[in-house]
Amino acid sequence: MSGHTDEHADPAVAFEAAKLGVWTFLATEVLLFGALFTAYTVFRMKYPEMFRVEHAKLDRVLGAANTVVLITSSLMVVLGVDAIKRGKARLLEAYFGATIFLASVFLCVKYIEWTKEFHHGNFPGTNLFFSLYFMLTGLHGIHVLFGMGVLSYVIVLSRRGRLSEAWYTPAEMSGLYWHFVDLVWIYLFPLLYLVG
Amino acid sequence: MAHGTGNPRRTGIAVFVALLLLTAVTVLVSYVDLGLWNVVVALLIASAKASLVALFFMHLKGESRLVWGFALFPIVFLSLILIGTLADTMLR
Repeated sequence: MSGHTDEHADPAVAFEAAKLGVWTFLATEVLLFGALFTAYTVFRMKYPEMFRVEHAKLDRVLGAANTVVLITSSLMVVLGVDAIKRGKARLLEAYFGATIFLASVFLCVKYIEWTKEFHHGNFPGTNLFFSLYFMLTGLHGIHVLFGMGVLSYVIVLSRRGRLSEAWYTPAEMSGLYWHFVDLVWIYLFPLLYLVG
Repeated sequence: MAHGTGNPRRTGIAVFVALLLLTAVTVLVSYVDLGLWNVVVALLIASAKASLVALFFMHLKGESRLVWGFALFPIVFLSLILIGTLADTMLR
């Protein structure tokens, strides 16, 4: 995500290099979440009954609502990147702004859910299911927060007139990251809320 | 800079609608008790959704073999971790 590569490289090559950089970073992210997914698999096979009972305590309607919120936010990113490819900087800012708004809705719903779980006496130390639930959704929430920061940075760049149809690398790369955050949730939602 | 064929906005919205439908299906199926099949169906639908996101939103479709390699190698490693760990914990 650097604007400095275009000084010494062909812009198309710089764009490819940035893309490979992001995909490499995403590979480390897959393994970060992968370790927790592995723990989930091992303990779910060991204590299927406990997972079945505990997962029913989550609110799958709120989880589904948050899934819709994240999917919609991903569409906003797609439309934003498409806008800047056509040179429409203001439109990019509007779409990315919508993404950030939806991300904050997601975190608010998450806050409500965690509050409910605390009220019912379910804490990270309650049992293995809730340990994994709080770890996975917490780590994912941190990624949502980080994504909001990155998207805000892209909006600032765009406001300063740095992005155009000729150079929109930051928009594209932040989009890749955001879609990945959506992708993680696509697995988290059924595994935690639907099948336990 | 890979571009799919057709209007990218229309493709984006079509994928979005497909993702919403698949979400609805996976939630509805979760209310039916299929035993072990609940997990299988949930994971299949999640993987279908993840593939749609990767192929179209992250436009892996139309990317070079190099980018595909970068995208797939963590999945290979993740399977190694999963299989290796399960081989240990299940057969201990």
